[in-house]
Amino acid sequence: MTTPSTPPLSIPDGSRSAKLPVIEIRGIVRRHGPVTAVDQVSFEVRRGEFFSILGPSGAGKTSVLRMLAGFEDPDQGDVLIDGRSMLGVPPNRRPLNLVFQSYALFPHLTVFENVAFGLKMRRVAPPLIAEQVREALTMVKLLGKESRLPAQLSGGEQQRVALARALVNKPAVVLLDEPLAALDQQLRQEMQVELKSIQEQAGLTCVCVTHHQEEAMMMSDRIAVMHQGRMWQIGAPREVYERPCNLFVSRFLGVSNELPGRLEGLVGEHRRFQPSDDEQPPLLVHPVSDEEAGRSATLSLRPEQLRMTHERPARPDPLLRGRIEKTLFSGSNTKYLIRVGHDRLWEVRHRSGTHLPPFALGEPVFLSWSASDGRLFFE
Amino acid sequence: MRHSSAGLNVVSLLAMLFLYGPIFVLVLYSFNAAHLSMAWRGATLKWYAALMHDEALLAATANSLLIAVVSTIGATCLGGLIALGMDRLPGRRQLLIEGTLVLPLVIPEVMMGVALMLFFVMLNMPLGLTTVILGHIVFNIPLVTIMLRTRLRKLDPALGEAAADLGASSWQVFRYVTLPLLRPALWGAILVAFTVSLDDFLVTFFTAGPGATTLPLKVYSMIKSGVTPEINALSALLLVLSMSCVGLALHLQRREV
Repeated sequence: MTTPSTPPLSIPDGSRSAKLPVIEIRGIVRRHGPVTAVDQVSFEVRRGEFFSILGPSGAGKTSVLRMLAGFEDPDQGDVLIDGRSMLGVPPNRRPLNLVFQSYALFPHLTVFENVAFGLKMRRVAPPLIAEQVREALTMVKLLGKESRLPAQLSGGEQQRVALARALVNKPAVVLLDEPLAALDQQLRQEMQVELKSIQEQAGLTCVCVTHHQEEAMMMSDRIAVMHQGRMWQIGAPREVYERPCNLFVSRFLGVSNELPGRLEGLVGEHRRFQPSDDEQPPLLVHPVSDEEAGRSATLSLRPEQLRMTHERPARPDPLLRGRIEKTLFSGSNTKYLIRVGHDRLWEVRHRSGTHLPPFALGEPVFLSWSASDGRLFFE
Repeated sequence: MRHSSAGLNVVSLLAMLFLYGPIFVLVLYSFNAAHLSMAWRGATLKWYAALMHDEALLAATANSLLIAVVSTIGATCLGGLIALGMDRLPGRRQLLIEGTLVLPLVIPEVMMGVALMLFFVMLNMPLGLTTVILGHIVFNIPLVTIMLRTRLRKLDPALGEAAADLGASSWQVFRYVTLPLLRPALWGAILVAFTVSLDDFLVTFFTAGPGATTLPLKVYSMIKSGVTPEINALSALLLVLSMSCVGLALHLQRREV
């Protein structure tokens, strides 16, 4: 094998059209015995994109990642990388590298040897290896720790070695399996910023699997929400958060304050919504295209869309009465849980430092929002 | 607390004395100048010197070492392959194989010796060095496999996947990741197998033919004509060799990363 001469890490590959997808997944199905772990999943990942697969554990997202890496093959469908089918191609021949959740650093090798592993397998000349390992370690800020063993590093440093070990091979795609799950909260937030800036700086294409919705939203260009083996929605973080396609996605991406009910006739440019709990007065909702009067639906609102007041607001906005059941102070925020129905709690958050009047436990309050904010989900 | 721990110390001391007292006496008397009596007549190394000139004894030593080396190599190769191969089987079948492997360790060794002898006779194999070596491989395979399995189970399966993901072929995964991580356990297994083979009496007794006398068999036959200080000296040497092997094996296992 000849020595491959590769461009430096910081130059994104512009030789091929940026519009061509690096990864194309076409209707893959994966069964584990009677369980269908992945069910007809299709998506594309564009060059230079940070793409996250978000879902609760058991959603099938790790299976998708393992099929990309080549540890498993789909029972149906196709996996294409740079337009080439990867079916039957073993992991060591695929142009991508995986950062493992457990990092999987080789405990008997030093930091340098760990990072150099992929280059050594490709028989890159030793002087080139030294140079490229240095470059990768600079990028993850680990220069000077080359001769340490993984056991002598902190969790954050181990994470960086794992990242450098993948980056140094300049893969077409870096796969990240719950990359920050093993770090404590503060380090995790630092690494989110850092990982994102490394990805942007090096023009990396990343596919990340996570169950952490805030992390996925902060780092990703696009998010795919997976549940029970299926992909429910793919889109930019803001789009998926603000316009979730169903209740599951809505609940998984953030707090969803919900109210089941039935749609009734038009009132001006709005439609009337009668909550199932008949004690609640009818509300106005923004009309959704081709919805029908008489259909059951669930109204969902994000906490930040709600205004909480002591007095009944003057504007004719939709409104619910409630009683404060719990206040949870967490430093920058205070979270209020408000009982709005007999088995229904809604959540509102107030930022600390804003001069909103304080609310006490048990106090009756009014929750109002603008009619165009609420999202309706049909059964 | 202090009181009960003092009592514990006394009991421990008695137990140690019971276990190691006879061995200590044996080693001590290998330096006794007196030939036949148990009376102490001053220290000497002459029994050790006499060992070095005993042709039959030297031949037995050569046999013992040859058997130990060859059977250790054989058992390590086969046991190692079993240990590595088991990883690729579904969990239930792994348990089955593990159970089958432990069996030779709990079967009385006399039965094992007799069974092996009958087996070789049935095959019309003349009893000799070959049969002893085969016998030793049989009882050493489970030892090697179990020691290596213990280590393999502790390894993160993602390590092999990580290596493959970084471009390593299955041979390279073994060469650069699995083998180095297995090395301390492998040396431990080799030393234990070597020691067990060197010390074995029963299986050797039943499977050895003429010309395949090993050190333990030799000691046994010498004892028939009375316990001489020479036997003490020989036993002391065997003891030192076995203990250093086991000590080294334990030391290597402790250094596992």
